[in-house]
Amino acid sequence: MSTISDPPSGSFQLSMLINDTRYRSYTFQFIALILLILAFAYLGYNLLANLQAAGLNISYKFLGEPAGYDINQTLIPYTSQSTHWQASLVGVLNTLLVAFLGCIMATIIGVVVGVLRLSNNWLVRQLMSIYVEIFRNVPVLIWILIIMAVFIAVLPQPRDFRGDDAEASMVLGMFAFTGRGFYLPAPVFGAGSGVVVAVFLASIAGIFAFRNYAKKALYERGQLIPTFWPSLAIFFIPSIIAYFILGRPISLEYPELKGFNFQGGIFMRNSLIALWFALSIYTAAFIAENVRAGILAVSKGQTEAAASLGLRPGRIMNLVVLPQALRVIIPPLISQYLNLTKNSSLAIAVGYMDLTGTLGGITLNQTGRAIEAIFLLMLFYLAISLGISAIMNVYNNAVKLKER
Amino acid sequence: MKKIAILGAMTVAGLSAGVASAATLDDVKARGKLNCGVTTGLVGFAAPNANGEWEGFDVGVCRAVAAAVLGDPAAVEFVPTTGKTRFTALASGEIDLLARNTTWTFSRDVDLGFEFVGVNYYDGQGFMVPKELGVSSAKELDGATVCIQTGTTTELNLADFFRANNISYEPVPIETNAEAQPLYLEGACDVYTTDASGLAATRAAFENPGDHVVLPEIISKEPLGPLVRHGDNQWGDIARWTLNALIAAEELGVTSANVAELAAAAGSNPEINRLLGTEGTLGAMLGLDADWAVKAIAAGGNYGELFEKNIGENTPIGLARGLNAQWTEGGLLYSPPFR
Repeated sequence: MSTISDPPSGSFQLSMLINDTRYRSYTFQFIALILLILAFAYLGYNLLANLQAAGLNISYKFLGEPAGYDINQTLIPYTSQSTHWQASLVGVLNTLLVAFLGCIMATIIGVVVGVLRLSNNWLVRQLMSIYVEIFRNVPVLIWILIIMAVFIAVLPQPRDFRGDDAEASMVLGMFAFTGRGFYLPAPVFGAGSGVVVAVFLASIAGIFAFRNYAKKALYERGQLIPTFWPSLAIFFIPSIIAYFILGRPISLEYPELKGFNFQGGIFMRNSLIALWFALSIYTAAFIAENVRAGILAVSKGQTEAAASLGLRPGRIMNLVVLPQALRVIIPPLISQYLNLTKNSSLAIAVGYMDLTGTLGGITLNQTGRAIEAIFLLMLFYLAISLGISAIMNVYNNAVKLKER
Repeated sequence: MKKIAILGAMTVAGLSAGVASAATLDDVKARGKLNCGVTTGLVGFAAPNANGEWEGFDVGVCRAVAAAVLGDPAAVEFVPTTGKTRFTALASGEIDLLARNTTWTFSRDVDLGFEFVGVNYYDGQGFMVPKELGVSSAKELDGATVCIQTGTTTELNLADFFRANNISYEPVPIETNAEAQPLYLEGACDVYTTDASGLAATRAAFENPGDHVVLPEIISKEPLGPLVRHGDNQWGDIARWTLNALIAAEELGVTSANVAELAAAAGSNPEINRLLGTEGTLGAMLGLDADWAVKAIAAGGNYGELFEKNIGENTPIGLARGLNAQWTEGGLLYSPPFR
């Protein structure tokens, strides 16, 4: 128990746990911890015993049984004979999908609106504040229902595409926008398409390398190299050349009206689009306010100083204001992402099969295992939320004010 | 200090949950009220009327049991339950009886530990399609988009049916019947499927009911009935025989109008006498008064009266008796003898 740096006192004695100030606090904290664990163990045991007495036996065996129901949107293989666990995973992925899409779109809209709320143009400023006030002051469930209802009522249904004098027709012969969702052409990867994809990925890496080089040139030699047009060229030209050299290995599969529905292509369901859009515009209103607050938090002297150095307004925003504003914006932005993710549990209102719809909806109803399903549901959402926080905190640490 | 208070509250909550005891009859009598779980509102089966009083076919069962046990059909506390909360509410003792068009299935009966006391409505799942689609059989629905009311046995039957016939479909889950109607009418789904009784009620509410057809296939058996918890057989018997008394009363011609007269003195039909307690001790065997069935029938009428008043052909729901006629008239209603 003793090391070289210890004072040359006697060896450790049991009484030191109480009498020695170095150990006393640990002793008491340890005792408190044991008591706390015992108390929770007692409460947990009590809960289980009482549930048992009430005829509610906690069992998760149902997760291994066949689910028996179908899910329309599945990102992983799933049939009605898959297990309830598989159905839950399908739900988790659907939740993550809409949360991911929603966070991206909400951020884009939110940043644009937040910046425009500070515009010098009176009309733009007022329009943006109307947007913010309308969308953040009406419950998101209402927005989801409104958007879904408008979606279904306004867009033509597949039956309107039928017949010789059809009321509706496909856009460019490739896209079908129907009340059931959007049917888009799907890429079909033939032989040699791997090379094209590899070239494409390599050119994206090339863009980053080029931009790094341009930055270095600016910082070290003061040489300003244009980046926009070269980046665009690197993005398109090599991939297009590879595509034609290899004999056009990637083709498109167009959706076609067959039987009751369009078949083929990619199908984005109306429920996904309505939910995605509603969550995005709702959360974007909050993000816009965060962005505005972040920009206003940067002292006006910074802008004036940058302007007096001769920077143009766009550069002032990108190089001076936004980097400083981000450290104010990011922490509340994390909360908004978490809100959006949790709000996605309203998906059942439009029939989107997210985690709440599968595990907390149909599985719960079919098995009658309400307590187990809800508990598992809580764990899933907790894990997702903590995961998002962890990722965003890493980013926050990267942009926060570094004190040297 | 706060933490201790929370722990204490949790302990108390945990302890008090364990009080639900086995003798439901004694509990109900001591409480003076029957806690009956019903739907959150399905017109015809259970819904509050303009005065806030619950009425409907399932409500009738609740009132009959309350009348048999407590002598007062109004001594019912209706607990609205959703498809999600109904089983937990019953298992935990929050309600004494669940009468909420619940399909009697093996796993609910055996695995969840409930006792279905009988069937008060024989239903089956059907399909409705717009006439213009020209579909005449459910087997022609390959690739169709199907609106389903979620959280019922309906979606399991649907999955089984399409799998067995090896055809594909696109399910659109909908939470309530009311939400499904506009989706179907706007054409966001080609087919609407739910219990045949529900389809009839839904179609009746359309502007042009004639534009829609209900396909001939009935793909499932949906025996709907009231249920109680496992473990209290006496209470199960009371609920079962109250339902049987309503069915037998129709078969024997006992109605809410003539039940008082028939129960005044023993008549010529021994079975009616035993049912109404003027002969024998059937009531005492259940632990109830001798005139328990009289009160149950007087509460809302016999089975036929309840049916006609709430969901029969002269109501907006407009259901024919069909399978739910007495066995003497070609239906499935068949009460075991009162003896």
